[in-house]
Parts: sequence; C-alpha cells; structure tokens
Amino acid sequence: MKSALPGTIAAAMIIAGKDLRSELRRRTALVSAVVFAALILVIFNFARDPTALRAEQLAPSAFWITCAFAAVTALSRAFAVELEHGALDGLLLAPVPREALFLGKFLGNLTFVFVVESIALPLFVLFFNVSLKGALPGIILVAVLATVGFVAVGTVFSALTARVRFNELMLPVLLLPFMLPPLAGAAQVTAALLNGRPLVESAGWLRLLLVYDITFVTLSVLIFPSLFDE
Amino acid sequence: MTSSDARGAARRALRAGRVLTGLGLLAVAAAYVRAIAFTDIEAVQGPAQKIMYVHVPSAWCAFLAFGLVGICSGLFLWLGDRRLDTFSEASAEVGVVLTGLVLITGPMWGKPIWGTWWQWEPRLTSTLFLFFLFVGYLTLRRTMFDPAERARYSAVVGILGAMLVPFIHLSVYMFRTIHPRPVVLNPEGPTMPGSFVATLLSSLAAFTLLYLGLVTMRYGLGRLRELREARHVPAA
Repeated sequence: MKSALPGTIAAAMIIAGKDLRSELRRRTALVSAVVFAALILVIFNFARDPTALRAEQLAPSAFWITCAFAAVTALSRAFAVELEHGALDGLLLAPVPREALFLGKFLGNLTFVFVVESIALPLFVLFFNVSLKGALPGIILVAVLATVGFVAVGTVFSALTARVRFNELMLPVLLLPFMLPPLAGAAQVTAALLNGRPLVESAGWLRLLLVYDITFVTLSVLIFPSLFDE
Repeated sequence: MTSSDARGAARRALRAGRVLTGLGLLAVAAAYVRAIAFTDIEAVQGPAQKIMYVHVPSAWCAFLAFGLVGICSGLFLWLGDRRLDTFSEASAEVGVVLTGLVLITGPMWGKPIWGTWWQWEPRLTSTLFLFFLFVGYLTLRRTMFDPAERARYSAVVGILGAMLVPFIHLSVYMFRTIHPRPVVLNPEGPTMPGSFVATLLSSLAAFTLLYLGLVTMRYGLGRLRELREARHVPAA
C-alpha cells in the first residue's frame, strides 16, 4: 500500500469528484439536508419562551446545532450509498491506497457540509435577525476549523456504521460525543463575534479547534485503512 | 497454542479473576469500615464527605479502564492478537459500571455540598462523556456478529474515544473560564488530614484490586465464549 503522495491525492480527488458529481445530479441529499436545516432553525425559534429569551440569544447555539444535525444526516449516507449495487467492493478493489479512499470521502463530505452550512447561514440571518457586519470572516474561519475535525471522525464512523445493524442510530451515538469540542468552540466564538467582540479574544478556542483538527484528521487517515484489513 | 491449552488458560484467568474479585470486595468492605468507623468526620462537609472514598477510587479506576481500552485497541490493530480485543471488551464493561458509580455518587455528594446535583465542571463532564463513549463502544459491539470485524471496528472506536477525552476536558475548562460561575466549594478542599489520605489510598487500592479481579474474570469468560464459538464455527 505504499504509493507516492501525488498519486494518493489524485485518487482522492477522483473519489471526491465522483461523489459530488452524483450528488449534483441527484440533488436529493442536498435538498433534503437544506430543508432539514431550515426546519431545525424554525423549530428552534419556537422552542423557547419568547418573553424570557430573545431569538438573538439563542442564535449561535441554534445555528451550530442545526449544522451538526445536518452534518450527521449527510455523513450517515456517505458510505451507505456505496453499499448499493456493491459499489464499495469495487472501490476497495480499485488499485488505490485506502488512505486515498478516506481522503476522497472526507473531501466529498466536507464540501457537502460546507455547502449546507453556507446555505444555512443566510437563513439563520433571516430567521434570527442577527447582523453579520464585520463578523463574517471570523464566522467563516471558525466554521472551517470546527467542521474539519468532526467530519474526519464522522467519515470514519460513517464507513464503520454503514454495514452495522441500527446504523442510523449508531452513527449519532458514536459521533455526537466528538462534536462537543467543535460545537462548544464554534458557538462561543460565534456568540462573541455577533456581540461585536474582536476575533483575537477567541484565540484560545481557535487554537483548541486547530489542534483538534490536526489530531483527528491525522488519526483518521492512519486508522481508516484498518477498518478494511482482510 | 492448541485450543485445549487456550481453554486451560481461559479457565485459569476466570479462576484467578474470581479470587481477585473476592479479595477486592473484602478490601473494599474493609476500606469502608475504616472510612466510616475509624476516620474522623470532616468538619465542614460532615458525613457526606465519606462518599469521596467510593467516588474518587471508582473515578480513578474508570479512567484506568478506559485508558487500557485505548492502549489495547491500539496494540490490537498493531499486533492483531484477539486476546487484546477480549481484554478491551472486559475493561470497557467494568468501566461502564465504574463510571456509573461515579455518576451516581457524585450528585449524591453534590446536592448537600454544592447545593446542586450537577455542575458543568471539566471532571464531571469528562466522566459523563467517558460513560457515553463506553456505552457507544459496547453498543457497537452488540450490533456486530463477525468477530474479526467487530474487533477491528471497536478498536477504531476505542482509540478515537481515548483521544477525545482530553479535548473534552479542555473544552469544558475553556467554556467555564469564559463564563465563570460562582462555584460554591472546591471539590478537593485545600488540604486533607493525613488520616483521610490514608483512608482514600487504601480505598483506592481496594477498588483497583476489585477492578483487576472483575476484568480478569470477564476476560476469562470472554475467552471461553470465543473458544466455544470457534469450535462450532470453524474460522474462515
């Protein structure tokens, strides 16, 4: 399984491209994920006491919980679709390193989640009456840092639960604990930014998220091939 | 190793586990007699403080249990020895019981002393997530039949889970430093009298012995079950 790095990257790009292309053609997953996200945002608005809590106070948590749930629904199908027509066996037989398979799936999932997040953000502004003025670059930065790490772990768990019984329940049970650091960080930083605080104040969280990303992306790349060792 | 050798080893582990568990239970009982009858009552907290002699040792053993799950999972992926997987499962099961004990005794102490059942404090939250991870790990094992696949998959979860715990600890720590709460009391107290420390340490030793006994017993049982399954279903 030793191959040159450029070959691995190229194979990963092909796999990610394949996933995104089939996603673009069908659009069912994307549309349902976006509708799902919009629904959670709306429900959040009604799941509060309007006389005690203003929508703005709930806004960062509502946004990030929405993104987390939308990501789980996206991840749960990342490998499940490959089981149809035995496509996974074809992928495993392809002469590419398993690391490339992981990276391809990871990049595909990451793009998908980023697209959902970038559609959810304007909806969030609309429903929660927040102003992104000056906060947008910081929110994009924290969104990237928060998403990368848990999508990496989520990609491993997606492969792991695809063939397990009760997979639609097993994935969130395994993955949600891993969302605590990214979600806590993202919600805190978003709240600080929306209150007009400078990004440097949140440097501690950004560092923690960066270390989390590096740790779990590396670990996921290293550990993913052992799922299929036969 | 032939299968009868392996069965013999598994039975020996089971027997040793029973003996260790018996000794561990006796030691826990002895440590508790010491804690209740022969250790002074703490001036501020009163009798509630006695819970510490169960709470702290079980927390310590729970973290030990999960650390060993992580290490054995890593070693399993490296060496491929099924016994490491059986040990991880045994340790995770005992770990669930121990984290459960921590999460039950903690609020019992917290309500009279802190005035609240629960605090979003780094150690509490880490223990709670340890419990979630253990339960997720064991649930995953229950949903899978193929032993080789189950061993690989759960090793992956074990390693990732062990790596997550420090991040959770750090996140909750940062969460609280940004939003400080009026914490009632430092759970450790600044200093402890020598007799308290001695009781705590003897209780710690007793719980560690109990952990080792339960894990060894569970490991022996797990091995026996595997060997019996292997006899009925020849390995592919």
